Amino acid sequence: MIEGISIYEILSLSSILFFIGIYGFFTRENLIMVLMSIELILNAAAVNFVVINTYLYPDFLQGTIFSIFIIALAAAETALAIAIIINLYKLVTSVEVKDTEVMKY
Amino acid sequence: MIVFALATVTSRKVLRAVMYLLFVLIGVSGIYFLIDYSFLGAIQIVVYGGGVIVLFIFSVLLIHHVELELEVTPLKKKIIAGLLSAAGLGITLWAIITYPFKAVNASQPIEVSEIGNKLLSYGDGGFILPFEVISVLLLAVMIGAIVIAKGKKLEK
Repeated sequence: MIEGISIYEILSLSSILFFIGIYGFFTRENLIMVLMSIELILNAAAVNFVVINTYLYPDFLQGTIFSIFIIALAAAETALAIAIIINLYKLVTSVEVKDTEVMKY
Repeated sequence: MIVFALATVTSRKVLRAVMYLLFVLIGVSGIYFLIDYSFLGAIQIVVYGGGVIVLFIFSVLLIHHVELELEVTPLKKKIIAGLLSAAGLGITLWAIITYPFKAVNASQPIEVSEIGNKLLSYGDGGFILPFEVISVLLLAVMIGAIVIAKGKKLEK
């Protein structure tokens, strides 16, 4: 834990990060931007896991391991989604959300 | 960090948004280093700074021109999304602040070997099954990404 910083401040920081990600998820029109907002959301969740693990249960490791899993999932999801986006761009030459009505080749 | 996160979701140049996202991710890894979880911080920097951001940059460069500006979202949509997320943030902050957390004041830095033992132990509270599942998932994603990215060629 950090000296002089309580759990409330870090949890507030991570929830602000989370809702900034949700705002971006709602407003962005571009698929890559939507993906970046998802990255923000996943990061905020991972920070929450780790911080609660350190501040409340320092003898256990569950939070750490779960955030390792979150990071692995986020990397996998990003790779797959970017492959899909590039393929979609080859088909419809656009990555805007409103243009991608057909997900079938 | 919050400023960079806001810049990520509001910047209209794609590459700049990716760079702001990189700064946010490095800030998150700074939090990990501050609370003595240096293994997680290192993973964060390697996987995000080294992998995910490079993927984003490649896809942006493949798809857009560098100086291309994004479309402006309609103001109505922005206001609605802002109100919704502000309301959610308010409720979450209220719940956090009113909940009495009992912070334990004994923190010791954890060793990497502890994490490794925990991940591979099949005893009580071990994480061997999720570990195996996630490795199978990573393999599936690798194959899937290759197949999807060259889907056109396979058809012919």
